[in-house]
Amino acid sequence: MALYSEKVMDHFRNPRNVGVIENADGVGEVGNAKCGDIMKIYLKITGEQGSEIIEDVKFETFGCGSAIASSSMATELIAGKPLSEALTLTNKAVTEALDGLPAHKLHCSVLAEEAIKAAVKDYYDKNGIAYDPEQFREGDEPHCCGD
Amino acid sequence: MIYADNAATTKVSEAALAAMLPCLTQVYGNPSSLYAFGQSAKEQLEDARARIARCLHADPKEITFTSGGSEADNQALRTAAALGAKKGKKHIISTAFEHHAILHTLDALKKEGFEITLLDVHENGLITAQQVAEAIRPDTALVTVMFANNEIGTVQPIAEIGAVCREKGVLFHTDAVQAAGHLPIDVQAMQIDMLSLSGHKFHGPKGTGVLYARKGIRLENLIYGGAQERNKRAGTENLPAIAGMAAALEESVAHLSETTEKLIRQRDRLIRGLSEIPHSTLNGDAVHRLPSNVNFCFEAIEGESLLLLLDDKGICASSGSACTSGSLDPSHVLLAIGRPHEVAHGSLRLSLGEDITDDEIDYLIASVKDVVTYLRNMSPVWRSLNEGKQPFVLP
Repeated sequence: MALYSEKVMDHFRNPRNVGVIENADGVGEVGNAKCGDIMKIYLKITGEQGSEIIEDVKFETFGCGSAIASSSMATELIAGKPLSEALTLTNKAVTEALDGLPAHKLHCSVLAEEAIKAAVKDYYDKNGIAYDPEQFREGDEPHCCGD
Repeated sequence: MIYADNAATTKVSEAALAAMLPCLTQVYGNPSSLYAFGQSAKEQLEDARARIARCLHADPKEITFTSGGSEADNQALRTAAALGAKKGKKHIISTAFEHHAILHTLDALKKEGFEITLLDVHENGLITAQQVAEAIRPDTALVTVMFANNEIGTVQPIAEIGAVCREKGVLFHTDAVQAAGHLPIDVQAMQIDMLSLSGHKFHGPKGTGVLYARKGIRLENLIYGGAQERNKRAGTENLPAIAGMAAALEESVAHLSETTEKLIRQRDRLIRGLSEIPHSTLNGDAVHRLPSNVNFCFEAIEGESLLLLLDDKGICASSGSACTSGSLDPSHVLLAIGRPHEVAHGSLRLSLGEDITDDEIDYLIASVKDVVTYLRNMSPVWRSLNEGKQPFVLP
């Protein structure tokens, strides 16, 4: 049996939305190089405050196969969607969309969720938009090595 | 497919297979049985023992068959610990980059009251006999230093360490799992008291190994039961595998100088090619290393994604990244030679087989270059390094 599902391998081999958005409206970076994974999400946001749309999303990832696949899937799940929906994206949804991840790789999907939320928070902060800090509470993913 | 993971395991050779098959279907008797049919199996077993002993410059009585390198390592350490404890000696010297079969046995001995000194490994992946000499104390029961490292392939000054230990009257064990069949071994000239090897690392079958113990060293049992292996390792002998291992070792030793010469040429061609990748480094000394071993770190990428993409190109390799080990830390070997965590995650080990061709080496170089470039282009770490936001670790 292969380590990863076909879906994971597809998103790993042909990642969607790789790259950078110059002058992005929101940028989020999570992870730690010491732990072996960093994800960076760029958002281009349009529309009136309160009904914003994610017009474009790009990612850069340093990490293993499931980290790259999780980033790719997460960006696909939020592209073109209302910003409010990005905030409801869960790591579980990313994992399910990938047809599952091995247990010791679930933290990659958590990182993807956190990276997107960090980018949204950055957009809110830059534009002085009030938000409930509870929404951006950091997950309790296991801490790695090196810290 | 290019199988470049021969440090993990090797293909069984024709000679080994030819030696094994008759033991499965013809000479299948139990070597412990009295009748002639059993005794012919016993003869084969003793023949294999004598041939392996010759390859190591040992006496057949000094050879004990085990299930592999890990068991041999465990038994060697347990033996030295038991002998030491009888004399009140409970200090063991080893290195920080041993195989886990050694390190985890040492952890267990530590819990049983032994004091363990792990020598620091230099950045080039070597330790010196002087370090060993300085660490030896009156209560030192054992020095155990691997012959060649399984990840970075560095070859330790075994004969010099052997001389220091013999002079100071301390038992010396070496885990020669990566060395046997690949480097010349002479347990007498090198003054080795105990040595472990594993059959499947030199084209023998899996599940078989050897513990060499110099005459006079009374082995401690790990497995109790029947009287096999002079009462020191119970269980019906795995004769087919033992016969295969003996044939494989003999063949490897017979062709050692020509394969070494060929492999070093290919290895160095590969090292030169991969060195062209910017911000990368060879792990381990370039000269004192196994002829088959190439190990690099590439900054700003992660090893598992590298392996998966190489697999797509038909290349079997390995990495010391945390993600490939199933743990959260990268390879203890790379950390021991001073590679920072973030660099150790981006490691690649290619261990070559004797039949590797020039074209295959060139394909390996081109493939690794492609994949490293591809992964760096999607790495935020690579971008940040290139924008000068953080300094490169590797020049």
